[in-house]
Amino acid sequence: MADQISSLYQPTLAEMVKIEQLTEREKLFTLHLKDGRDLGHRAGQFVEVSVFGVGEAPFSVTSSPTRNGTFELCVREVGDVTRALHRMKPGSIVGIRGPFGNGFPIEEMRGRDLLFVPGGLGLAPLRSLINQVLDERESFGRVIILYGARNPSELLFKDELAQWEARDDVEFHVTVDQPDENWTGNVGVITTLFPKITVNPHNTVAVTVGPPIMYRFVVKELLSKGIQDGRIFLSLERRMKCGVGKCGHCQINNVYVCQKGPVFSYTQLKELPEAI
Amino acid sequence: MSFKAIDKKDMSSFVASLMDEMEVVGPVAKDGKFVFSPVKDYAQLRLDYNITLLSPKEYFLPPEETLLRYKLGETVQSEPVIETKPRVILGMHPCDINATWLLDLAFSTDNLDTNYMEKRKKALIIGLDCNQPCDEHSFCKSMGSLTVESGYDLFLTDIGDTYIVEYGSPAGMELLARHKGAREATEADMARFRAIQDAKWPKFTYKLEMSVSDLPNLLAISYDNPLWEELGEKCLACGSCNLVCPTCYCFDVMDRLELNLKEGERVRRWDSCQLPMFATVAGGENFRKSRADRLRHRFFRKGKYLMEMFGKVGCVGCGRCVRACLVDIDPVEVYNTLKRTCAPRGWAERDVAA
Repeated sequence: MADQISSLYQPTLAEMVKIEQLTEREKLFTLHLKDGRDLGHRAGQFVEVSVFGVGEAPFSVTSSPTRNGTFELCVREVGDVTRALHRMKPGSIVGIRGPFGNGFPIEEMRGRDLLFVPGGLGLAPLRSLINQVLDERESFGRVIILYGARNPSELLFKDELAQWEARDDVEFHVTVDQPDENWTGNVGVITTLFPKITVNPHNTVAVTVGPPIMYRFVVKELLSKGIQDGRIFLSLERRMKCGVGKCGHCQINNVYVCQKGPVFSYTQLKELPEAI
Repeated sequence: MSFKAIDKKDMSSFVASLMDEMEVVGPVAKDGKFVFSPVKDYAQLRLDYNITLLSPKEYFLPPEETLLRYKLGETVQSEPVIETKPRVILGMHPCDINATWLLDLAFSTDNLDTNYMEKRKKALIIGLDCNQPCDEHSFCKSMGSLTVESGYDLFLTDIGDTYIVEYGSPAGMELLARHKGAREATEADMARFRAIQDAKWPKFTYKLEMSVSDLPNLLAISYDNPLWEELGEKCLACGSCNLVCPTCYCFDVMDRLELNLKEGERVRRWDSCQLPMFATVAGGENFRKSRADRLRHRFFRKGKYLMEMFGKVGCVGCGRCVRACLVDIDPVEVYNTLKRTCAPRGWAERDVAA
């Protein structure tokens, strides 16, 4: 018997429109919802993606909310669901629940200088915000991007990186831990980019997304630049199984990351020892 | 409020009449212990049970439950699955009624979980008071769950050859009107009822050395207590405490494909925060790596986090976790040890009524 009662766990169907190989391990998936609606996300939110028969997993949305019609997910092949996604072709069907979570506090950023510090795959969620900011460029102050990757072959969105680098209104610096023979740019971990920039600590909002080990060092740099705890934002990766505050997997201390996060200010994180 | 009474000799026909209308779930004996189980025959019912191995939460949150069924093909057809049937859970003790109340809050706050709530809405709860502790492990009195404020439809108290019956809801009142067996309680019944009530409280002696409302503050100053490391050394991280806990509700979600590869379902299954995989993310990071971290998380959830989220403590003092624990980790000892070891560092001593 078909049930008329709505369920938190019922996904909406979406179709793969375009699939691009970004690096050896990451693909960019462009999707649209089959019912024709826009996803309606805020930068920094995530969706639960179902590969029917395999499972469901959370992914941040990498496209900007300012670019409607379709949305994009940047996915590293690392587990069952992501392996199945990587096997998909344009026209393949997945399920989508969400968007979930709080997203980046863009209203607090308007009129201020912005310092973005993505590391590795952390560029995926941050790209959503960066492109929104660039689409609404006049309502923000300086835009500084410090991006670090392990090696040149792991750099994501290389075309966009080149565009950001070419813009006069973006200060873009990139570094890799391990250069290859063609690399002529900066070498070193992401914190080695900090001496290259000066910021006005009273008017800067910093947003960093990357692995936990990076957060420990990047936050230290941001604080030493004089940026206030409450103006430093981080996005946390947790195992959000349900996305709706029930299953318990994403809980850190008293917070369900899927509900109160995944974006937190450093002020909030200081109260959450399990965060980083 | 008027009290009704059902004489034990009339209980069998009352329960038989309930069975005609819906599934009756109640305590039955199993391998020398007790479990909640659907009952077909009144004679199976063991309303004299002390405690069941698992709480009746499995009737609202089954150990494994289908959330979706889908068909694969050109496109995907996916339908939510919400399986419910009318049932009465008979003989739920106050601890389990309190636990159900907490689960109701968890599954209805912010996002309504219809898989749980539809089962819950279709169920009637007939509580049964405890006139003595289950055994030496129960500490329900300390947790404020030897009594129930609400969350039941009818509530029974055994006064010898009769049950005193209280209403907890209009549905309970209707149930009593529809099924024969109840009569008005007499003055003599009520005198025995009051005597039993008075006599039972001193029998519950195993207790916290603090008020339950102090637990969040105690834990707030105990995050770095060395006790967690000590317990982490002992704990086997087997997850038994989670499985038997009436207030544990965390779950994992997985897909299962039929052998024809054309149909499948998504199920949720009870999970345990004590297992290493629980908080591990795809990249391999685990934010509660050690057993000590995970054990502390469980105690904080029960004693602090759920209280902050729902205004109700996450432990009802049923003692099931202690009975299931292979290395005898006992919440009462844990909290009391925290209190003793915290005292020199600013824990305000308070008198706690016996």
